[in-house]
Amino acid sequence: MAAREVPPAYEMTGPSAFSGSLRRFVDLATILARADYKVRYYGSALGYLWTLGRPLLLFAVMYAVFSQIVKVGEGVEHYPVVLLTGIMLFYYFSEATTRSVDCVVDREQMVRKIHFPRMVIPLAVTLTATINVVFSLAAVFLFIGLAGVEAQWGWFELPLLMALLFAFSYGFSLLLSALYVPLRDVAPIWEVATQALFYATPILYPIELLQERSQAVSEIAMWNPLAAIVQQARHALIDPSAPSAAEAIGGGVYLLIPLGIIVGVLVLGLWVFNRLAPSIAEEL
Amino acid sequence: MSEAAPQHTAVAVEGLSKSFELPHQQVNTLKERVVHPFARRTFERLDALDDLSFEVRSGEFLGIAGRNGQGKSTLLKCLAGIYAHDSGRITLRGRLAPFIELGVGFNPHLTARDNVVINAVMLGLTPAQARARFDSIVAFAELERFVDVPLKNYSSGMQVRLAFSVMAQVDADILLIDEVLAVGDASFQRKCHDELEAMRADGRTILFVTHDMVAMQGFCDRAMLIEGGRIAAQGAPAEIARGYDEVNLGATAAHEEAVS
Repeated sequence: MAAREVPPAYEMTGPSAFSGSLRRFVDLATILARADYKVRYYGSALGYLWTLGRPLLLFAVMYAVFSQIVKVGEGVEHYPVVLLTGIMLFYYFSEATTRSVDCVVDREQMVRKIHFPRMVIPLAVTLTATINVVFSLAAVFLFIGLAGVEAQWGWFELPLLMALLFAFSYGFSLLLSALYVPLRDVAPIWEVATQALFYATPILYPIELLQERSQAVSEIAMWNPLAAIVQQARHALIDPSAPSAAEAIGGGVYLLIPLGIIVGVLVLGLWVFNRLAPSIAEEL
Repeated sequence: MSEAAPQHTAVAVEGLSKSFELPHQQVNTLKERVVHPFARRTFERLDALDDLSFEVRSGEFLGIAGRNGQGKSTLLKCLAGIYAHDSGRITLRGRLAPFIELGVGFNPHLTARDNVVINAVMLGLTPAQARARFDSIVAFAELERFVDVPLKNYSSGMQVRLAFSVMAQVDADILLIDEVLAVGDASFQRKCHDELEAMRADGRTILFVTHDMVAMQGFCDRAMLIEGGRIAAQGAPAEIARGYDEVNLGATAAHEEAVS
């Protein structure tokens, strides 16, 4: 019988946020994302159509209220598709982060029994939401076409906007999922915070409405990365005559503020998750 | 059997310590912190592992005995990288697969098929390897008829069978096995015994925690007894089994004394 080869020695230092090769990291994240998908739609007849259906229904309600009763959308070119795009983008952020809150705690059985890079758990959740938003955006473009918006070069900005939104979402996913293990208050706090963020972002109302009240306030509102992304999406995808993010924030150089916030949240999330990862199995 | 394979140290543990802080009252919400801002969180320190050192040669079958709560499972969890140790050093050679607390971490809502692939990947296979071995894993567990049933509908014995099969098929060099033979029916236990023998013949290194002294003496080349987070004795399995019986008898006697 052949002797087994002598494998190289390595030190086991305990659980960590990121360990092993990048290849394994990606394999684990995709396999968990797929499992997440299956679990979520287990037992629902329409399956992932709901992923599309929920924001669409939300859009229908908001459109009815905000174009017929409270007329904030008056004078906005292509208001319905502007509203729909904003809702889809925000919904992606809120889905990725809200579902991340308890994702590590939810996978307790795994965390307590196997050594694997802990960071793949929130990554899998964010990836699942990303797959969903790609389908949703296909639907959005259908509506953009139906609304008679002409194809434009600005559409090529979409991947960049989505990459920024992904980074922002993943940063929060890491932060929230790690903090939730020792501190369960994170769940209700984040629920309220996402609501507040929704109204702080120019989705229902156009940024011009804020500008009329106060130029300064409208510029500060754009420091919110979600506001900058949604506003730029409106400008680049639908209505080039609407103010771009750079115009709305008062000059291109100020875009460094929302960009800095995105990077800051991502770095903070990585740092916090990395610090808390070794003790997650004990705290559960 | 095989000619003596060149041996190397598969597991080296030097001065391993791990303690837990047992809070007297769990403070888990902001409100509790706000209401009692100065209430210090008081802890009781529990030294689960206290300066443990030992080595396991490749191909060795090491039995670990000890009463409940003496640190056996904590030791395996530190080796498996699930708990971070406080001090000391663990050096491993080869891929390690844990089988701790009767399972490998299944998701009850997913089918056996999905769970097997996920767990095999978590234990170190690539997704392609995991899918290729799926059939043999399920065949070993004798659960072919139930592969597309969600795991929550499995009996606990069936889950353990599946978990053991996954662990046995992922080609790990070092296996950590905690109480596997306690569950499962007699025929599956027999199969596990055969599989453990096959793994030993294959030159794998096995750390085997058990309360079953007959099994320990049957399988293990060497054994150790853990008491209060320390190695109380190391040596031939028969000797350790005797030591284990003595500490149990001692505990029973102490209990009877306290009762009377």
